[in-house]
Amino acid sequence: MSNKNKKLNKTSLGRRELLKSLATVPVFGVFLIALWQKMRMDALKKSNVLSNLIQEKTAPAVVSDLSNTKHLNLGIIGYGGRGHHLIRGVGFATPDWTEKAAENARKNKLDKALVTFMSQQDLNCSIVGVCDLFDVRAEEGIQASKNEIRPGSKSIQTATRYRHYKELLANDEIDAVIIATPDHWHARIAIDAAKAGKHVYCEKGLTRTFDEAIKVYDTIKETGIVFQLGHQNRQVEANEKAKQIIDQGLLGPINLVELTTNRNSPWGAWVWDIHPEGNARTIDWDTFQEPSPNKIPFGEEALKRFFRWRMWFDYGTGLSGDLFSHDFDALNQMMELGIPKYASSTGGIYFYKDGRDVPDVWHATLEYPEKDLTVLYSATLSSNNARGNRIMGHDATMMMGGHAGTGSVHGFIVTADSESTQYKDRLEQGIINTKYPIYTYSPGSKQIDGVTSATSRYFANRGLLYTYREGKRVDATHLHVKDWLDSIRSGGQPKCNIEMALHEAVSCHMATESYLTGRRIEWDPVNRKLI
Amino acid sequence: MTYSRLRLISLTVLRVLVGWHLLYEGISKLINPYWSSAAYLLDSKWLLSGVAETIVANPTLLSISDNVNMWGLTLVGALLLLGLFARYAAVAGAVLVLLYYFFAPPFFGLEYSKPAEGSYLIVNKNLIEACVLWVLYTFPTSHIIGLDRFFQVTNKSEDNYE
Repeated sequence: MSNKNKKLNKTSLGRRELLKSLATVPVFGVFLIALWQKMRMDALKKSNVLSNLIQEKTAPAVVSDLSNTKHLNLGIIGYGGRGHHLIRGVGFATPDWTEKAAENARKNKLDKALVTFMSQQDLNCSIVGVCDLFDVRAEEGIQASKNEIRPGSKSIQTATRYRHYKELLANDEIDAVIIATPDHWHARIAIDAAKAGKHVYCEKGLTRTFDEAIKVYDTIKETGIVFQLGHQNRQVEANEKAKQIIDQGLLGPINLVELTTNRNSPWGAWVWDIHPEGNARTIDWDTFQEPSPNKIPFGEEALKRFFRWRMWFDYGTGLSGDLFSHDFDALNQMMELGIPKYASSTGGIYFYKDGRDVPDVWHATLEYPEKDLTVLYSATLSSNNARGNRIMGHDATMMMGGHAGTGSVHGFIVTADSESTQYKDRLEQGIINTKYPIYTYSPGSKQIDGVTSATSRYFANRGLLYTYREGKRVDATHLHVKDWLDSIRSGGQPKCNIEMALHEAVSCHMATESYLTGRRIEWDPVNRKLI
Repeated sequence: MTYSRLRLISLTVLRVLVGWHLLYEGISKLINPYWSSAAYLLDSKWLLSGVAETIVANPTLLSISDNVNMWGLTLVGALLLLGLFARYAAVAGAVLVLLYYFFAPPFFGLEYSKPAEGSYLIVNKNLIEACVLWVLYTFPTSHIIGLDRFFQVTNKSEDNYE
């Protein structure tokens, strides 16, 4: 081989060498081009989904921290299941609860109940009075008031037990009361508390009857105390985000809203445990049934009614005051609906033939002719087929909970309508596809909670258990109580004030009244009467 | 090791395809701000479900798991595709993919909330891909076709195939 040939060979060998080394680099290049094209296409799609159309506002302001200003003394009237939760929201749990929560956290690492409780802000309060007609619960309230395991400093004072709420209200040391009794007691206690100058946090539904609601409203207005109704959904970030989207008209004209409740367990249908220690000596039955229209002597039936009171119209309004009230208030928060012109409702006791007189399947329609809107509520206590809530606009539908399945608690999705006017061009260009959401809100999608039971999931999906502040999970009930306490200290108005409470109460009572009378109910706003 | 031309090309194509797949799996997770390994871990069954729960319950461990997945897949994929340190990449990839298999093995009696995209009995695509990565480790090609060729000190000009 000549020198020249050798040289040529060497060069070609070198070139072949290089080619072999770099042979797959062009594939990498192709990959990058494909990736770039895909990302560009995704970005184009994204720029046309709602997230960019929404004028982003910052998350709902965390109420300025007023907890260190004035120490407040609270009384709790009705320390049952809900009362326990509310007082935990203030920062006091029973030793039983903290022990069990610690044990649950040990067993199930995803159970964050104790961590969430302990990381709550200290609201600078004491529980100084407990009133409950059942001795066991009153004693639990006292234990909670002095439990050392709590967020913040140790408790300053221990609660005193009062057998009657009037005795509790007579204590001048008490600044404010939380009312978590059955509904038939709400009006009397709220009115007397307001007259005694105590600020009031009252559980929903506001009252058992329409007349009571008007009386409570007038008293709160006259006395000027700070009143909060227990709809903790008011603190939920998702609802604020939903309101922004609706306010900007991104759903288009909204003529129909569908709210639903699906539950399928005895617990969810208010067949709650009868406490083994509940008897004639430990329960003040006569006082319990004092405001109810029908009275019965103490016995087995009375025990059922005491512990499962939601099953009878004597003490509450069933689905209306318990669950419809939540969904209504959340919608009122998002759409500022107010009281409807007409309401009608139907239903029956179709599954739980256990002596209850409130329906277990129940549907209500609220008509707002001036807003061109119908609100439809449909509930069943014998199917878990969660349908979710839907706000149906001409241009897009917002779906929350149920099968919306945004993969995390209380998110929502917005999907464009195929016949939308607002998105017509973008639909035609294929930039918006009705098969996929144009907006997805899923807070805490990187966070995991051990919310497991079906009933817990029901509430979590509606944002009634937890919400998020700066990505951190907080108990909505805690925020709602804090909102009330902050308003007391600052002299402001809490989010679910008496005006909102009146909307809730009148709307729910119109629907209940329609079920009981079998006719359509009309609201007369001038004379404040139901026709 | 010596390969016929056909064998070399087949093995290289296999390496490039697996590399491509893992690379995009990694990058798609990197560019999705909502991606987390938590959902997969929460659905874990069998021997490693306790480990999975521990990881999910601990934000630090979960963050490590997320990053190992996102960056691990991306790196392994790119290295296989380019043929750079490809044998190490193949082993790392095999371990990673085998972990996916053992966190959620398709054994009978184990029910998963997320449906599989195919029908699997004991053997699934993760197991096969892990096995393919092992084959790529045992039959390396990057020293012939790939950037690893630059690191071949001896016999550079000789093709290592018949």
